[in-house]
Parts: sequence; structure tokens; C-alpha cells
Amino acid sequence: MNLLNVFDQINAVDPEFSDRISPRREAIKNLASISGKVTLAAIPFLISELFKKAYGATAPTDVNGVLNYALTLEYLEAEYYTMGVAKAGLIPSGRPLGAITTIRDHEVAHVNFLKQVLGNKAVSKPTFDFTAGGTFGNVFSNYDTFLAVAQAFEDTGVRAYKGQAGILLGNRVVLTAALQIHSVEARHASHIRQMRRARGGGAADQKPWITGSNDTGIGAVVDPIYAGENNVTQAGVDITNLSGPMGKISTNAATQSFDEPLSAEAVLNIAGLFIKA
Amino acid sequence: MKKITPNNEPLLTSDSEFEKKDLGRRDFLKFAGASAASLAILSVASCKKDRDDDMDNGGKGMYFGSGDIAILNYAYALEQLEAAFYIQLVNNPYSGISDMEKAFFTDIRDHEIAHREFFKVALGAKAISNLEFNLSGINFSSRASVLATAKTFEDLGVSAYNGAGWLIKDPKYLLLAGKIVSVEARHAAWVRDMIDNGSFANQEVVDSNGLDLAKSPSVVLSAAAPFIKSKIDVKDLPTY
Repeated sequence: MNLLNVFDQINAVDPEFSDRISPRREAIKNLASISGKVTLAAIPFLISELFKKAYGATAPTDVNGVLNYALTLEYLEAEYYTMGVAKAGLIPSGRPLGAITTIRDHEVAHVNFLKQVLGNKAVSKPTFDFTAGGTFGNVFSNYDTFLAVAQAFEDTGVRAYKGQAGILLGNRVVLTAALQIHSVEARHASHIRQMRRARGGGAADQKPWITGSNDTGIGAVVDPIYAGENNVTQAGVDITNLSGPMGKISTNAATQSFDEPLSAEAVLNIAGLFIKA
Repeated sequence: MKKITPNNEPLLTSDSEFEKKDLGRRDFLKFAGASAASLAILSVASCKKDRDDDMDNGGKGMYFGSGDIAILNYAYALEQLEAAFYIQLVNNPYSGISDMEKAFFTDIRDHEIAHREFFKVALGAKAISNLEFNLSGINFSSRASVLATAKTFEDLGVSAYNGAGWLIKDPKYLLLAGKIVSVEARHAAWVRDMIDNGSFANQEVVDSNGLDLAKSPSVVLSAAAPFIKSKIDVKDLPTY
């Protein structure tokens, strides 16, 4: 059995295959190198695990798919804040701990709400690695890292819900609920951005709204989360050509005034960095 | 009371909508109450028995259109209101305004102007005219009055987009509404934190399921009515 041939064949019909498993690209190499060491019987299992990672969380195409996609993101956020609040000494007591606790409660409520709506169709909670394989190694020991990752999650969440609204078109109950969660995530994002601003340093210029692409000061590691946020054209209208208070609308204001959606594939690639299994 | 001018046709025609219609009548009563503040607005939810009485002015208000166009004009009207408010705020800042408050209120003003101008261009010939507003109840020299009004407008805007989303038929318009509503929510959270740090998403706006407010167009318009001086005709605006 030639595994690498299998991958080549998959790539032939699905050129994005290696992108799908991009965070796991190491796994392919590992698989190739260990294939000589494991028994043949184990290989189908390894392949199916790899496929699950690549395709298991696929882009939703129906209402339940959107709800499970949302649930996966809410599991991520709920566990993140639950662990953060539980970590003694991580979040300063008083207003910061109060705010993070409020956000945790909302994310836990979102998980419970979505599970209730989905009933036995609900996906189970993945196992998370909030260090993203060591990228954010001090996420639960350094408050600034904790806030930075929180901001990345909230801004991703806002983009993720927006990207799926079309599938829920006209659905009074589900679309409305999704929008109601979506705006709560935006409120969270706004507050976390203010918390980071108050910390100063590299985050001193943070605003509650997103300016251009990747205004976070976190670095290129979060570029995919903000890709496309610098868009200034809405429904064919160049916002920077519109009349502003003095002359035209500025480019900064044009990007701030519209939040952009993110495709499910892009969101799952981002979330995948934090999902172990 | 003569300023209340219900539209000609009932908005909800299906018999099964009886209960909703009843709610509509309650909204109508809110309009009636608001008329004491010399407001002139066409009711979004009229009732059949009023159609032939002398309160009917034949629909002379600004017509919003129907379907998605009406919803876009509804959003346009709300953005006009917000822009007018923030323009006046930035032009007449309350004394003692902090640098950050001034900078962020200026940002928000620009966002609302961008939204307003976007809808105007996107709607083209179907856009309603510029509305006239009554902001006289707002004390622009008082930080508390300004922040309270900003909070009201931002929370109302969020609830309006959330509540109107499912009425939109065209996915492109739904996406646009989604792109705007989260920015309004970012504003709302910041304004709330300026009033009381930590109230960005408190129980006034987020329920026990973690869900934000969602309000029907008729409820939102009755809340906005005291600020809207122009007569508007929203008889074909989808609502519930």
C-alpha cells in the first residue's frame, strides 16, 4: 500500500486537500515515515483519522450543519473562558474577572442553547489545545496572551456567524437566534479589545472595532483571522468614494464600519489549530 | 391626536395573523401616546376599522416601498437618525469629554455616515429622502444624557437588525445587514462600558440563553418615533 500515492490521488480530485489538513501537514509526513513501522492493519485507522481531521468538520450546507458548526465554536469559547476563570491568578480580580466571567456565562449559555436546539443531532465537544500546539504556550499563565487569544476567538466568532447567515435565510427561529448570538459575540469582541487597550503596550491602540486587516498587534499568526477585513467595497459601492463629514469617508472608517464574513473553511482551519481531536 | 395617520391597508392580511395584529394594535397605541410629543408618523400597524375615518391622510408620508426595499429604507432611516445624533454630538461635545471619548465618538459618527451614505447609494431612486429629526430632548452638554441616548440608539439598532434579518429575502442584503449589525454591537458595548464599565452585554440586553435583543420593525419604529419629525409611510414594510 503506497500511502503517498493515495494522497497524490486525493490531491488530483481535491486540490485543496492538503490545505484542508494544513495545520496537520506534519501528520502526513509523520504518517509516511511511520508507515514502515506500524502494522498494515493499523493503517486504515490512521487514514480514517486523517480524513476525519480534514473533512470531519466540513463546511455546513444545511441548518443543522450551521448549528453544529456554531456549537463547535461555542464549545471552544466556553471551555477557553471556563479554564481561564478557573486558573487562579491569571485574570485580575475585580472588573476584569467580572467581565470574563460574564463572557464565560454567555458562551456556556450558547453551548447549552445550541445543544438543546439540536437535540440528539448535536456534535460532541472536541478536545482542545489552547496553546495551538505551543504557539500560545503561556495562554493560561500570561494575562496578555489570554486576552489576545480571547480577542482572536471573538473576532473569529463574529465573522463565522456572518458567513453562514445565507443558509438560514428566512428562517425566523434559527436565523434570529444566530443573529442574537452573533451580536453578543461582537459585544464581547468590543469589550475584550477595550481590555487589551487598557493593558497598553502593543495593544494600546486597540479600538472596539476592526481597522483594516489584523490591527491586533498580536502578529502574523492571526493574519488568517483578519484576512479581508480591509475590504472597502460593499455591494459594488466603494465606501471611500462616499461623502464623509469632511471630504470622503476615510479608508479606516470604511473598513471599521463593515465587519466582514469568513468562510467556513477558513474558520475551521483557524479552529483546527486549537482542536486536538 | 389628529397627527396620527394610520395607513390605508392593514399590514397583516392573513387571518392566521390575528394575534400578531393584536400586538400591532398595541404598537399603534404607543404611537398614539407618542403623538402628544407632536410626532407625525404613519403607523406601521393600522387596523381595518380606522381605514375610513378622518385620521387617514391618504398616505402622504415618505413611502418606504415594500419587501427588501422597505427593509433597506428602514435601515437607512435608522442610520440617518444615528448619523444626525453623532454629528451633533461631535460638533457640540460635552464639557470634559476625554480624548478617547472624542476620538471614538468621531469614529462612530463616521461609521454611521458611511452606513447612511451606503444605503442612499445602494437604494438609488428607491431611497427615501432625508428625514428630519427632533433631537431637542437630548442635552448635548450633558455626558449622561448623550451616553444614555447613544446607548438607546445602539441597542435599538442591534435589536432592529437582529429582528429584521429573517424578513429579508435576498441573501446579499442579509449579509450586508450582518456586516453592519456587529459594528453597531461593538458601538453599543463601548458606549455601555463608558456608562458603567462591564455593562457591555448585561442582562438588559442579553437573556439567560446568551441571546441579544431582537425587535420587530413596528416595535423599533415606535421606539424611534419620538425622534422622527418627518412623516413616514411604512404600510408595506414587512413586520410581525
